[in-house]
Amino acid sequence: MPLDNTESQTRKFKVVGTRPIRPDGIDKVTGRARFGADAVAPGMLIGRILRSPHAHAKIKSIDASKALKLEGVKAVVTRDDFPDKTDGDAALYDVLYNVMAREKALYEGHAVAAVAATSASVARQALKLIKVDYEVLPHVTDVDEAMKPSAPVLHAKIFTDGVEPKPKKASNVVRRYEFGHGDVDAGFKKADVIVEQSFKTEATHQGYIEPHACLANVGTDGQGELWVCTQGHFMVRDTCARLLGMDMSKLRVTASEIGGGFGGKTTVFIEPVALALSRKANRPVKVVMSRDEVFKATGPTSSSSIDVKIGCTRDGRIVAGDATLRYQGGAFAGSPVEFGAMTAFAQYDLDNVRAIGYDVVCNRPKQAAYRAPGAPMANFAIESVIEELAHKVGMEPIDFRIKNAAREGTKSSYGPVYGPIGLLATLQKAREHPHFRAPLGKNQGRGMACGFWFNFGGQSCVTLNIGVDGTVGVVTGSPDIGGSRASMCLMTAEELGIPYEKVRSVVTDTGSLGYNDVTDGSRTTFATGMACILAARDAIKKLCARAAQIWGIPEDAVTWDAGFAKPAGGNAGNFPPMSLKEIAAQAASTGGPIAGHHEYSADGAGVSFATHICDSEVDPETGFTKILRYTVLQDAGKAVHPSYVEGQFQGGAVQGIGWALNEEYIYGKDGRLQNAGFLDYRIPVCSDLPMIDTVILEIPNPGHPYGVRGVGETSIVPPLAAVANSVSAAVGVRMCETPISPPKLLAALDRKSGMKKAAE
Amino acid sequence: MTAVKVSTKINGDAVDFVCEPDETLLDVLRNRLGLTGAKEGCSTGDCGACSVTIDGRLTCSCLVLGAEAEGHDIGTIEGMAKGEKLHPLQKKFLEHAALQCGICTPGFLVAAKALLDHNPRPTETEVRFALAGNLCRCTGYDKIVRAVMDTAAEMRRA
Amino acid sequence: MAKVIIWSSLKSHTGGEANLEIAAANVKDLLARLGETYPGLQPQLQRGVSVSIDGVIFRDGWLQPLKPDSEVVLLPRMVGG
Repeated sequence: MPLDNTESQTRKFKVVGTRPIRPDGIDKVTGRARFGADAVAPGMLIGRILRSPHAHAKIKSIDASKALKLEGVKAVVTRDDFPDKTDGDAALYDVLYNVMAREKALYEGHAVAAVAATSASVARQALKLIKVDYEVLPHVTDVDEAMKPSAPVLHAKIFTDGVEPKPKKASNVVRRYEFGHGDVDAGFKKADVIVEQSFKTEATHQGYIEPHACLANVGTDGQGELWVCTQGHFMVRDTCARLLGMDMSKLRVTASEIGGGFGGKTTVFIEPVALALSRKANRPVKVVMSRDEVFKATGPTSSSSIDVKIGCTRDGRIVAGDATLRYQGGAFAGSPVEFGAMTAFAQYDLDNVRAIGYDVVCNRPKQAAYRAPGAPMANFAIESVIEELAHKVGMEPIDFRIKNAAREGTKSSYGPVYGPIGLLATLQKAREHPHFRAPLGKNQGRGMACGFWFNFGGQSCVTLNIGVDGTVGVVTGSPDIGGSRASMCLMTAEELGIPYEKVRSVVTDTGSLGYNDVTDGSRTTFATGMACILAARDAIKKLCARAAQIWGIPEDAVTWDAGFAKPAGGNAGNFPPMSLKEIAAQAASTGGPIAGHHEYSADGAGVSFATHICDSEVDPETGFTKILRYTVLQDAGKAVHPSYVEGQFQGGAVQGIGWALNEEYIYGKDGRLQNAGFLDYRIPVCSDLPMIDTVILEIPNPGHPYGVRGVGETSIVPPLAAVANSVSAAVGVRMCETPISPPKLLAALDRKSGMKKAAE
Repeated sequence: MTAVKVSTKINGDAVDFVCEPDETLLDVLRNRLGLTGAKEGCSTGDCGACSVTIDGRLTCSCLVLGAEAEGHDIGTIEGMAKGEKLHPLQKKFLEHAALQCGICTPGFLVAAKALLDHNPRPTETEVRFALAGNLCRCTGYDKIVRAVMDTAAEMRRA
Repeated sequence: MAKVIIWSSLKSHTGGEANLEIAAANVKDLLARLGETYPGLQPQLQRGVSVSIDGVIFRDGWLQPLKPDSEVVLLPRMVGG
């Protein structure tokens, strides 16, 4: 796959870049679209899961005998129904342990048993009849506390990796990472100004409005079907098959429409349990999580504790950047601390940089990816310090960032040298943007931040089938989480040279297509889109071959132009162009159905940089922060459907605003989650926000035929710092902890005025 | 528990059903009547994904018992389009790309219609507060608000 | 010989050296040679790595060819959300 797509720089697109109605639109505005909980099956049972009320406890025994005797209960499963088939795969073993507790319950909400019954009400009663004998153990939920030698240890087998000498005692510190280059100590010696600051962020949840839901149906022949809302049904199939000891080809998983994921639906929680119940009961079993369960027992992000030190010369050139990040990933190894460490300084051109990361476990639910995993917390810390440095040397924050911005040829803080990137473009565009010149009043302030995400490619398969009426079916395996079907149709239509309306995109099940990686990493428009383009080119080759046969000329004498097969030159013959429809109409008698394919693992994804500008107003009496104005400027490479690109910018920004101002996991001293609902886990609502202005920049990614860069994740990275910087500008307090909720901000303001009074 | 027989009207049609006394209207719509357009996002009335109207008044169907529907007029997303003709809100949501995953869309459409039925000339602030009971995690609300304002303007012109 | 750069916390397995030189025709060979030469790297290699070759990131892609003067940077295996 050549990574030198220069055509994207010069091509004039016909449909790519327009804003047609999405093909699944009618279904979604009429309530017809079917999501995870919308499926039913004859004879269906309702499955419900019993969960640990304790944050940390040995499970001495489980007695389900009374539950099994209850009329209407058809099956009960516990850890005994999940023998270890992980075959030494440590990461898969952790998934197994998370799906159903084994020796210990490791967090409040950890699944301990499950029942399938003829109604939800019988299932609820049955759970109450299951007797679990717990030996409660001391627990720890704070990342810094969990690292202390005195902390209760979750796993006897964790000995910190990446430290010398090797520890003799088990602890909660899984691993130490270090990235960077140069010599930070020497660098700091050259600094005229140094800012050192510590930050903390609390865990947040992806907050998708649709709880996890699935319908499992396993027969006595070991063949199973699963309907599930997920970001990756092939991943679900493979994981569940391995955990349950089924052949992958015997489990067919269909992805329903999905009501949000943002990374939280890139793994399994209830699916293996539903399948195990169905297998035992020999009937379909539907399992739907409650909102309470979603908060307690799916995959929130890490909470973090970060120390940052950055130094610069008097004229604003950064000479050294050093950060230590501590992330807890819940009860199992695998917080995204290495990505926090890698992305922390990614936007700057630094000679001396170091980022150290510690992956820590504690008694909280096992974390899952959340839109640019690990990056927002790190960005909050670094971009806050950058703003402080800029003020200290008397430079405008934007000019300070422009002066130090990474560009093509910069050695990134995580190792590779950058190719063409859009950071400077977004910064310069931001500088010219009217938002920067808008006047500000009392208690109002402006902040900014710039951020980054890698994006990646991954495995995608596309089959493109040409109907005899000239309409085209594009079959993909990437669940549509934000309108991607429209983009698939646009790219296919563009390549084939036919109208958008003549293409229909379908997301098919695991039995009908080769493996597709999860819809994550901002990969769908890039990787699945590129597969559509390449499948279209494959189909075009075949269409040209048909035309050649029909005309009786050599294959290489036919070209494709805007939807028509044409003789390549005067010598090839004087045949009028044949449309796709005309060729397709003759398919049966000229060799059979015409289809194009592409199956691959895509690489060459382009990074996406963004700059965000935030204006906020703080009420000094209540500590309430109102977002007045917000602008996102981000590099999309090529915006296939600009409305959905804008949508990604806006949605990610608002999740970041929620993270900055309101959202947090609140634990009691008993290790139990205090705010497991949308009332007290406060995500932004319509009345909290202004319009979110967007500017799409297009610096083409040479790795994609149209220049596409993934955009979905970068947008959640800058808002935490952009908001914190605007609050700092508004009322002169530097908030180093998220969320910057009213009680915390008010306390900081009171401390500040208290200090002033003391000084007077 | 003894089941309850309920007679009600849904989207203008007479409907009879039987339900448990503790079943919510949302449960009844989804599990007994096959009207899965209303979604369960939280079951505590905080997210609005289950929005319906009862006698024209916007309500979270997860906070109403099925039995309470007796004798009332229930309006769900399924009744918003008239045959082939989409409601202007539905058209505008599509034009403005005011949905990404679409799970909150039925709730928003019911809520926005309830707003415009009572207030045909809302300001942006009035739209934002009228829709504050509907959570969306994908869009950041920008395009939703634009769609509603544009619909109101178009309906006033009609 | 391809230039291979490993991240700093892996240096303890390579005698303190982050810049290595490995003869390999593709990524698969490179990772195999790295694991053979520095057995301490094997656990991380098994957990998963991505590589960047001359600035372009490959999340998987063992068969990616390497030029004689390619610069390869080892990275933790990419995960997204």
